Amino acid sequence: MSADATHGLQPVRGPSALGGGWRRFGELLYLISVTEFKKTYFGTVLGYVWSLLRPLLLFAVLLFVFTKIVRLGSGVPHYPVLLLMNVVLFGFFSEATTTAVMSVVTQESVVRKTQFPRLVIPLSVVVTSFFNLAVNLVVVLIFIAAFGVSPAWTWLLFPLIVLVLFVFATAVSMLLASLYVRFRDTAIIWSVVASALFYATPVIYPIEIVPDRYRDLIMLNPLTAIFEQARKWIIDPSAPGAVSAAGGWTHLLPGAAIFLGACAIGAWYFNREAPRIAEQL
Amino acid sequence: MAIEVREVEKTFRIPVHRIDSFKERMVHPLAQPEYRTLEALRKVSFDAHRGEFFGIVGRNGSGKSTLLKILASIYRADSGSIRMAGRVAPFIELGVGFNPELTARENVTLNGVMMGLSRREAQARLDAVLDFAELREFVDLKLKNYSSGMLVRLAFSVMIQSEADVLLIDEVLAVGDAAFQQKCRDVFRDMRDGGRTIVLVTHDMTAVQRYCHRAMLLDEGRVTYLGEAEEAGRQYLRMNFAKRDLGETGADGLTLVPDLLARVTDAWIEDTDGTRIENVEAAQPIRINAVIEARQDLSNPRFTVQFNNADGVPVFDLERALGDDEHPIRIAAGTSSQISLTVDENPLMPGRYVVVCWLGLLRHEEDAAIQSMKLLEFVVFGLARGQGVVSIPGELDVRVGEPDEGAPR
Repeated sequence: MSADATHGLQPVRGPSALGGGWRRFGELLYLISVTEFKKTYFGTVLGYVWSLLRPLLLFAVLLFVFTKIVRLGSGVPHYPVLLLMNVVLFGFFSEATTTAVMSVVTQESVVRKTQFPRLVIPLSVVVTSFFNLAVNLVVVLIFIAAFGVSPAWTWLLFPLIVLVLFVFATAVSMLLASLYVRFRDTAIIWSVVASALFYATPVIYPIEIVPDRYRDLIMLNPLTAIFEQARKWIIDPSAPGAVSAAGGWTHLLPGAAIFLGACAIGAWYFNREAPRIAEQL
Repeated sequence: MAIEVREVEKTFRIPVHRIDSFKERMVHPLAQPEYRTLEALRKVSFDAHRGEFFGIVGRNGSGKSTLLKILASIYRADSGSIRMAGRVAPFIELGVGFNPELTARENVTLNGVMMGLSRREAQARLDAVLDFAELREFVDLKLKNYSSGMLVRLAFSVMIQSEADVLLIDEVLAVGDAAFQQKCRDVFRDMRDGGRTIVLVTHDMTAVQRYCHRAMLLDEGRVTYLGEAEEAGRQYLRMNFAKRDLGETGADGLTLVPDLLARVTDAWIEDTDGTRIENVEAAQPIRINAVIEARQDLSNPRFTVQFNNADGVPVFDLERALGDDEHPIRIAAGTSSQISLTVDENPLMPGRYVVVCWLGLLRHEEDAAIQSMKLLEFVVFGLARGQGVVSIPGELDVRVGEPDEGAPR
């Protein structure tokens, strides 16, 4: 066999999580995310307005309940704005992960017939939710201005908050999406866990009112540190922030370990399952 | 070389009792899930050359679709190696992987990018795809609202317009209405002649014999034949017959059988003097003779001799049925019969032709068994008179000026 005859032959290695070149990965991710984003609101009467209205309605209910009835927010500076920001951030995490659970199975017809980097599927769900988050953050900004929160240089650190949240949402999504292919209970279990997380994260309450003996427990949730830090940087510089809320650096470590562990397990498991996803559908 | 496959193996583990909920895991935490292993492919090796139309045939469950999915990088092989040259476009289970919730426009673009085009290239391709599929007015309709015929047409167009170097096609040739099928056949021929490599997985032996340069027969994951398409088709039919006592039943109640009814012992062309010749000059008479030996008792057989041109288009056929219910005719097993065919006014254009004899038996009420036997190939040489598939003697008259009034003379 001459060298010329075999020219251009490339090994075929089968499907994988990544692979196939970054340009293609990027274009696919962009295309799927944008199409999904448009689709979410296409055909509904109010269109994009829903994207804003949804968190605002939830926000209004929570605001009424927790300032007029339960009075959780008394004494917390700018509680309404804080509540809105938390609802929006948590909404991003829960929307991304809940949609991601079934994402691979929803895209079955595509997965079973085409070769493409499998990671695009859960990742595009997170990116679509991120688009929604971006729209919602505009509203948060308006409320921040309206409630007279004073600007601080720490606002510049906000992208860091979003980045960390994005990474966590992606890792959890990867794990859930690949687990769901094998275990269909994953969807139900996760919907319960996501509701539980809403209360296990300082979304509607400030961390200060959590009794000290439960602090370490609630700091196990990686979202707690993220939300507390966002509160300190954006809304209220006098808030404790992640470190002092936990009671020192060392108390942050278990949560950080869980964060890193989730990322590692998510990436490892998805990468392991990716070549076989098409067979198991 | 376009595709090189070496000792590819694939085993599926099929759970006998599927543990797909956590509850069952909880109840039987240590239960080893029971698996049945299915060896879908066992040390499969083959090469397909650049520009080759390569067929993969086999019964259901022989592993042919699994092999195609591995070639398309949808499944991963357990062991062995595969190398391929250029971009690959798969067409699997009558589709290319559409999302039913999206419109045709979105799907075509998305598919292009999955195939490795840039977004701009993929969008530029949209027009060509829609034109070929004849679905321009439905471009913004979600695919879940498409009819199955429209879906297949769109998918087929996407594959054809992908300009991929290697096409992997699983069961496609019964797509759409007659006009669209003809269009597909034309495209297939163009692609075959245009140097693209095509791998076709199919049950349709006529398609294999019509299009494929070479073919491979798979049985229980093993390659049992690799070579000439004609022979692969014959072996497939024989194997089918042996395993089920029935051939493939076609849509029209016909059962295609292997060479069980009869075999050709001799076939030749002769000139008007009775000397054997290889080829025929244009417009000269065609005389074909064949000796056919019955392998079992044939009652009321029907012989059809069919001329196919190099494109696989049947040009014409001549038919002769022996006997009927009132006057049955039976050819005993072992008896030879001679077929003689004469075409005095030879209409064939210069080119290569394949002559096939179909032997049909009415077995029961509606059920007919048909066996195809290739008799010979020959070339019509000489100058072409005009264009077309055949040239028919006739006259064309043109009169310049006012047409005559009144009745024709």
